[in-house]
Amino acid sequence: MSQTDTVTDTGEIASVSGPVVTATGLDAQMNDVVYVGDEGLMGEVIEIEGETTTIQVYEETSGISPGQPVENTGEPLTVDLGPGVLDTIYDGVQRPLDVLEDEMGAFLDRGVDSPGIDLEASWDFSPTVSVGDTVEPGDVVGTVPETVSIEHKVLVPPDFEGGEVVEVNEGEHTVTEPIVVLDNGEEVTMHQEWPVRQARPSEEKFTPTEPLITGQRVQDGLFPIAKGGTAAIPGPFGSGKTVTQQQLAKWSDADIVVYIGCGERGNEMTEVIEDFPDLTDPKSGNPLMARTTLIANTSNMPVAARESCIYTGITIAEFYRDMGYDVALMADSTSRWAEAMREISSRLEEMPGEGGYPAYLAARLAQFYERAGRFETLRGDEGSVSVVGAVSPPGGDFSEPVTQNTLRIVKTFWALDADLAESRHFPSINWTESYSLYKDQLDPWFEDNVAADWPEERQWAVDVLDEEDELQEIVQLVGRDALPDDQRLTLDVARYLREAFLQQDAFHDVDTFSPPEKTYEILTAIHTYNDEAFAALEAGAPIEEITSIDAAPRLNRIATQEEYEEYVEELEEEITEQLQALY
Amino acid sequence: MKEYQTITEVSGPLVYVETDEPIGYDEIVEIETPSGEVKRGQVLETAEDYVAIQVFEGTEGVGQDASVRFLGETLKLPVTEDLLGRVLDGSGNPIDGGPDIVPDERRSIVGAAINPTAREYPEEFIQTGISAIDGMNTLVRGQKLPIFSASGLPHSELALQIARQASVPEDVADEGEETEFAVVFAGMGITQEEANEFMDDFERTGALERSVVFLNLADDPAVERTVTPRMALTTAEYLAFEEGYHVLTVLTDMTNYCEALREIGAAREEVPGRRGYPGYMYTDLAQLYERAGRLQGEDGSVTQIPILTMPGDDDTHPIPDLTGYITEGQIMLGRELNSQGVEPPIDVLPSLSRLMDDGIGEGVTRADHSGVSDQLFASYAEGKDLRDLVNIVGREALDERDNKVLDFAEAFEEQFVDQGFHTNRDIEDTLDIAWDILSILPKNELSRIDEEFIEEHYAGGESETADDAEEAEA
Repeated sequence: MSQTDTVTDTGEIASVSGPVVTATGLDAQMNDVVYVGDEGLMGEVIEIEGETTTIQVYEETSGISPGQPVENTGEPLTVDLGPGVLDTIYDGVQRPLDVLEDEMGAFLDRGVDSPGIDLEASWDFSPTVSVGDTVEPGDVVGTVPETVSIEHKVLVPPDFEGGEVVEVNEGEHTVTEPIVVLDNGEEVTMHQEWPVRQARPSEEKFTPTEPLITGQRVQDGLFPIAKGGTAAIPGPFGSGKTVTQQQLAKWSDADIVVYIGCGERGNEMTEVIEDFPDLTDPKSGNPLMARTTLIANTSNMPVAARESCIYTGITIAEFYRDMGYDVALMADSTSRWAEAMREISSRLEEMPGEGGYPAYLAARLAQFYERAGRFETLRGDEGSVSVVGAVSPPGGDFSEPVTQNTLRIVKTFWALDADLAESRHFPSINWTESYSLYKDQLDPWFEDNVAADWPEERQWAVDVLDEEDELQEIVQLVGRDALPDDQRLTLDVARYLREAFLQQDAFHDVDTFSPPEKTYEILTAIHTYNDEAFAALEAGAPIEEITSIDAAPRLNRIATQEEYEEYVEELEEEITEQLQALY
Repeated sequence: MKEYQTITEVSGPLVYVETDEPIGYDEIVEIETPSGEVKRGQVLETAEDYVAIQVFEGTEGVGQDASVRFLGETLKLPVTEDLLGRVLDGSGNPIDGGPDIVPDERRSIVGAAINPTAREYPEEFIQTGISAIDGMNTLVRGQKLPIFSASGLPHSELALQIARQASVPEDVADEGEETEFAVVFAGMGITQEEANEFMDDFERTGALERSVVFLNLADDPAVERTVTPRMALTTAEYLAFEEGYHVLTVLTDMTNYCEALREIGAAREEVPGRRGYPGYMYTDLAQLYERAGRLQGEDGSVTQIPILTMPGDDDTHPIPDLTGYITEGQIMLGRELNSQGVEPPIDVLPSLSRLMDDGIGEGVTRADHSGVSDQLFASYAEGKDLRDLVNIVGREALDERDNKVLDFAEAFEEQFVDQGFHTNRDIEDTLDIAWDILSILPKNELSRIDEEFIEEHYAGGESETADDAEEAEA
């Protein structure tokens, strides 16, 4: 954030109540960024009523008193965009946390402002245009090696007019120096600003047809999300939302990952900060941080910055989308964002809607998720932003407003389940409640790239799990032994589906990432066991012997094998052999 | 300093005063009643011509003739290493008859947020000597792990057992490390009897010398409860990050703290959130719970064990619910286990330690720890499910395997969890007992444990041979 700009007007504080401050004598527009009090705390105008301007302040307001000055910058909240955004950790208003640590030590003090990218650093600019070319808004004028993984494309800002290039400055430059000059006097620099509450423009939005591969079996296999799609992960505390989000951030095959820790735990963010630099991107082999931006606004940081961090994140995501990249954004958790809205709203004494949330909750959620999608960029390229939002429903009750309003928008629903988590079934995604509306549009991709019968295999698994669900109700009443043999066998197969396929150990070196081919192999191995076991049963082999062959439990070990192809092949042979020996 | 005699309204714990100079938000206020009593309070809202104040000591005796002084600073606590061994009231005044406190420093009790980049990720195993915690919900230094209890359950005994037994095994501690443990205890709205229980135990075990105790009792003013935990945490942070102690902070009972928040919210006529608690309760609780952790380059740490009683045993009530979303897991006490006489009655299934994975394993506890823990969870969960079934169809209707799982669940409660409040088991003992009871199950049921560990630790040869016999038949 670099609101170090000119002051357009000065007013005076009239009242202070927590993060909400009112000022008089200030000529301001909605969403202008202001500096509050003698220490210059950053804030944003959120209401104007007659002479009184209401401001939400992004920092602690202890000791601030009426009569102190309020300075208006006359500009909305913006983010700094340019090379250096990746591999950086920000707070909710895009202040780099390492810069803040240098300036004020381990504890976050207030009144320190810092640009989102280092304005002094220089980058090696390689132009892709020459003098005489004509460029339009959104066009690439050159590239900069931002990290080992990502080539940063320098764009003509969307709010420029465009024209003929009259000057090109190749080589080392700081982000504020003009690198391309147009005939109408417009100067393109590597540094751009964009207001966070405004979506960056694009040409067109398409229907997504390619999956975002997550490396998680239950997600890729049963409930896939598209590149450019939206998903919600609701679940009570302790059900594994954060681990699920982090797994996506680590293993999904997006080019760029924006991870927003919105009102979550400090230690958890530290884990991400410590882990990510050591992890390698399975696609490129480079450090994961080289494609990642983290926004960490922990639960005890000021509430107003929690409200803005979601917008900071999505704007950064859109910036890389405009370069033609596939971006995945994880927001953990959108409930904390909604609660921040509620807290501010109640301090404004607005009329509350359902659950005390402001009446505009649904609209804000919809606006946010609508910024996801697969887009044609201004220059005719393609880029996508996929959004995965965690939801933390109070008491695990999915009927509460944030969950419900989210579900009306998103197309993939990964429902986390406390009972599964308690029995340490992870990821604790409930397979009967979850759904993906992208399945049909993604099937052709899976058929072409993984296996032609992918949709059929998936449907088989879903059918078995559904049947198990029904049978379990009967078992609860009469016991497993009272069931006919074929149903007992179905229960046995379903158990392998749960243990060998749906469960996945995020902390196991091999199992943490399961490519779609492996996901498919595990599924077909269980299917083989199913077919052979039913054949044996029909041929008269006793059910007890079928279910106790010693090869079958090894289905549970496929997940942890690095060389799984060979293992599966041998295992399938052995299962077939042992079962056929029974009759 | 200007004195005002312009109180316009007194309502519950709040006092409104007309002022003619700007007053800072959060500033400390002294109110002197005509009888000479001085009460302290804090600015909740400030405008050009009036100020709203919450009074810590209650507003009895405050009328329009009381005088109000604004001290021009936010609430600060004098801190020094000499606080160790002292007992203070809920506002930080000594009540043990000892000498006055000579502060090294006066610190604002509103703690600043720790920059996540400056934190060190907690991964140092703390051995509590309690199997259900060490084995399955491991505590690490710098974690915040609350005890979710309910009325009538022995949470105090459990907290005391942890405070008594908590240690870091020598081979886990960093080499050459000589940092010491300290306990900061904050009682909020607890009864004199509960307070005595803690104090007696502290005195008996000699723990008092390395403890700082803040007591706000049930008959002390409710509003004071909102500052007591902040005082305790300010002390804890000072001891940890200035003096290098490993501080265990026990906060009890957070439910009383939240009731006090609700009382203030109601007096201010704020729009209430769920069940009447203020909408900012999440933020407020986070400002307490997040004051735990480790810092890079500092020896000390703050580990938090808040205790809360769930109204109506309901873990979806806003207090446990919001707490669970902030803390790194929870230790849940079970009423059923308690009535069976299990000590400590820890219900492991809904319990959780989020920081466990990095604090255990080879070189720290034991290589098989993670698998054993997962297996205990999975098998005990299955055993509990089967119990429901047994109630309907009887034990005879179950097959042999299911019967073994039931035996396991029983042994788990009797041998693993029910160790008594005065038994201190080291982690080796805990894991060995785990293997004893896991060996009730057939080998091939242990799908969560790596095969090499099963070979190494599995004790029951019987079921293995039984399986082999079946195979031979086939």
